[in-house]
Amino acid sequence: MENINLTLGILFQLCQSLLVVLLAPLLTGWVNQCRAWLQNRSGPGLLQPFRTLRKLFHKDAVIAYNASPLFRITPYILFGCMWLAAAIIPIIAVDLPFSPAADVIALVGVFALARVFIALAAMDIGTAFGTLGARREMLVSFLAEPALLMVLFTASLISQSTQLPRIVEALAHHQFVLYPSLAFAGLAFVIVLLAENARIPVDNPGTHLELTMIHEAMVLEYSARHLALIEWASSLKLLAYISLGIALFFPHGIAEVGQWGALPLAIAVLLVKLTLAGAGLALLETLLAKMRIFRAPEFLGTAFLLAVLGLLIHFLLGA
Amino acid sequence: MRSLANLQGGEKTTRMDIVGVLPLDVAGALIVLWLVLGLLGLALQGSPRFITNAIFPAGALVSLALAATGLWALGEGAGVVVLPLGLPDLPLHLRLDPLSAFFLILLGGASFGVSLFSAGYFRTMAGNTLGLLCLEYHLFLAGMALVLLADDAYMFMVAWETMALSSYFLVTTDHHVPDIRKAGFLYLLIAHVGAIAILLGFGVMQGGHGIGAYTFDAMRAAHLTPFWSSVAFLLALFGFGAKAGVLPLHVWLPEAHPAAPSPVSALMSGIMLKTAIYGMLRVTFDLLDAQQWWWGVLALALGLLTAVFGVMFAAVQGDMKRLLAYSSIENIGLLLVGIGLTIIFHAYGKEALAALSLTATLYHSLNHAFFKSLLFIGTGSILHATGERNMGRLGGLIHRMPWAAMLMLVGVLSIAGLPPFNGFVSEWLLLQAFLLSPGLPNSYINMLIPVAAAVIALAAALAAYVMVKFYGIIFLGQPREQALEHAHDAGRWERIGLGWLALGCVALGLAPVFVIQQLDRVTQMLVGQGLGNAAGGWLFLTPVDTERASYSPVFFLLAVLGVMLVTILTVHRFYHGRLRRGPAWDCGFPAQTARMQDTAEGFGQPIRRIFEPFFKIENELPTAFDTHPRYHGRSDDRIWLSLYLPIKRITEKLSSWVSLLQHGRIHLYLSYTFVTLVVLLAFM
Repeated sequence: MENINLTLGILFQLCQSLLVVLLAPLLTGWVNQCRAWLQNRSGPGLLQPFRTLRKLFHKDAVIAYNASPLFRITPYILFGCMWLAAAIIPIIAVDLPFSPAADVIALVGVFALARVFIALAAMDIGTAFGTLGARREMLVSFLAEPALLMVLFTASLISQSTQLPRIVEALAHHQFVLYPSLAFAGLAFVIVLLAENARIPVDNPGTHLELTMIHEAMVLEYSARHLALIEWASSLKLLAYISLGIALFFPHGIAEVGQWGALPLAIAVLLVKLTLAGAGLALLETLLAKMRIFRAPEFLGTAFLLAVLGLLIHFLLGA
Repeated sequence: MRSLANLQGGEKTTRMDIVGVLPLDVAGALIVLWLVLGLLGLALQGSPRFITNAIFPAGALVSLALAATGLWALGEGAGVVVLPLGLPDLPLHLRLDPLSAFFLILLGGASFGVSLFSAGYFRTMAGNTLGLLCLEYHLFLAGMALVLLADDAYMFMVAWETMALSSYFLVTTDHHVPDIRKAGFLYLLIAHVGAIAILLGFGVMQGGHGIGAYTFDAMRAAHLTPFWSSVAFLLALFGFGAKAGVLPLHVWLPEAHPAAPSPVSALMSGIMLKTAIYGMLRVTFDLLDAQQWWWGVLALALGLLTAVFGVMFAAVQGDMKRLLAYSSIENIGLLLVGIGLTIIFHAYGKEALAALSLTATLYHSLNHAFFKSLLFIGTGSILHATGERNMGRLGGLIHRMPWAAMLMLVGVLSIAGLPPFNGFVSEWLLLQAFLLSPGLPNSYINMLIPVAAAVIALAAALAAYVMVKFYGIIFLGQPREQALEHAHDAGRWERIGLGWLALGCVALGLAPVFVIQQLDRVTQMLVGQGLGNAAGGWLFLTPVDTERASYSPVFFLLAVLGVMLVTILTVHRFYHGRLRRGPAWDCGFPAQTARMQDTAEGFGQPIRRIFEPFFKIENELPTAFDTHPRYHGRSDDRIWLSLYLPIKRITEKLSSWVSLLQHGRIHLYLSYTFVTLVVLLAFM
């Protein structure tokens, strides 16, 4: 029985990995489509990210004369880290055999690892925009990362575990009880999600306007397959963050330990949640305006304080 | 794994028991060997080749042997020896228990790499300087080892002073430079202010039991009142804090580390700061028998301040060694936080939690010894290759120095606390300790702890910022100066030294379970409980139980590598692998020069702006009509201005009053004596 469960678990882990890697560009496409609708445009369709990826993979890669091996390996590291992150967050079922290897703190570590590598790669060519992007990315992240960690700590304290499946299980069993601490944490999480995924109001994924870009400035020197992997990794990161949000704040409907029959329903529920989350993100991005770069630390500082407040409230009220 | 280790340990003991050799004897012999090597270096200063190619590698082997002895001693009980040396009626006591053994492993393991590196680094040095340096270097190592082995206050202070003085002479190796002499003086001054506090602390701890009570055993037996044990703790915190660089006694670090030759900076930052941590642990948990919770709160608060202050200042530095020195201050802050947490948990009788936070502290000490030594000797290679310490004149070295760049990348990723490297493991353990803390009977502490966890997370994230700056500005981008085109890579010895420390960072990151099993003996000794790792097996690190938290660096690494490999193979299988080189794109901007990249100051500018109130900033900005526009920015430490300068002024004033008595005429001094005698006679 143990062995069968483990085999099933590994099979399931592989399925989820494949699912997220295919779902991620679709989610990006959906967010872009929603944004287009909200801005009275007709939009390129859901499959546009796939077309872009295909086009990029077929092009010849051009890299700068002084690009080092670090520059060439980074897209793969980035893609690997983001794929891993998206694959270990329990979104359909809590039976994930890989989860004991990396808990929430390690998950934050995966994001940090990817970020450090992309920032280093951005500095590798030695262009003005590359270093500017790297500096701004690290600036945004040094406030966003602790905020994310505090959000995860609040959830960990409630569930008495830093293991993602255990957190999700614990939170899913409390049917629609609103934890006051989680409310603060949720608000902080939304801000972190916007900042870490280079969305408005911190960054604009659709711009190449020199003075405002952060993420795009870092990947300016990449082309073809490298760029394709980075784009794909970005959509995986968005998916990972949204799934993390779903797992922490709306875990209901997930298939629990051994409930393999509940899987189809869980997948359907997940798709609905992702659709809603994507539409919500598009709405937020349409309503908000891009802020000046030095407003971003204040914005993220708010997230950090909210997250710490959530943690304190948990300590005070025990909920 | 554990049974295997026990088996090997057991075999060794039986074999050694026959000849009656104990780990302490071996350690003592190895220390003597270091001294002999140092003297040999002084005697043979005519042949510098021999010193670099034979004596330093031999010293490295002694280091390795000492680390092995430490590992052996961890499995044994405490060994005690009374030496037939010392003052009349004051023989010297040595003791090797698990705590000393652990720090001996740290000392030996890290100094092995540094000594091998030194064999290459000092090869260009002139013979007579080199001979003296060789003596001071090995004396320094021996002094640190003796600090760890000392079992009485007298021996401890002698070893402590040997360590301080030899490192002072090492710092001032380039003594003809006035700035270096100044840095050395500051270091010596603070080291001695600290030493006085430690001496007074020992005086308090021996509890007024007279001359026989100077041994550590007597101090353990002296049950102090809460007031006096608090005084002893505060004195120890001050004294060891001065050595470790705890705020506000940190000022010597950013001056002394850049002044010293790089291997010496590595030893000072990687190992010597840890002897202060050793001292704090020894006094707090071994010599004093009851801890009070507010000591922990004090240490925690000081540690948090130190950590954030250190990393903030590291972010704005332009000198690569100063940056690393401030980063050391940050890490000492983290260690102090760990100690503070341990005291709090121990004082409230939560031994399992105390064991967890103590494990995190010890683990982080070991990690810091490896990655900081690696980065410091790496800056030595860069200094050799380019002659430049200012990051604003470096850049693009990854092409000229691929070995140094690759090995230092390991150190950078480790110190930034990224999985699966070693810095992440200790950070993970420390955060777990914070997460498990609820349930202390004191609600104020329960409130303080989440805030402390948040500050730790902030410091860790800022450390990543600092390290991206450090690596990116030095190794990546275009060379900022013409001369960098001729930079050469690290030599053979240097590579071996760098490689050993990098290997240590990887191994400590991948095998935490094994390391923690060894650390268990230390935590057993200090807080009476080990962490154990019953549930997880050797692959999974599970400090409490599997349901609660686990982390497996090996699986983590395999997963990332596996996913990367699958991606690379898939991309190259289904698509072409064509690649062209061209000029950089940079949004189509045609005229790019190396001067358009961020400088070190530029990269730190956001931090300077966000934390503006903490810095004293001087900016010199050009006006629009300057023919030679010059930009100059400087961020200073406010503590130096608001604390040290007033103290300096007061000291000068006091000494000027004293000098009123001095006139240099003998009859005046004789009349002072006469007046004193009359006064004494009048009162007696």
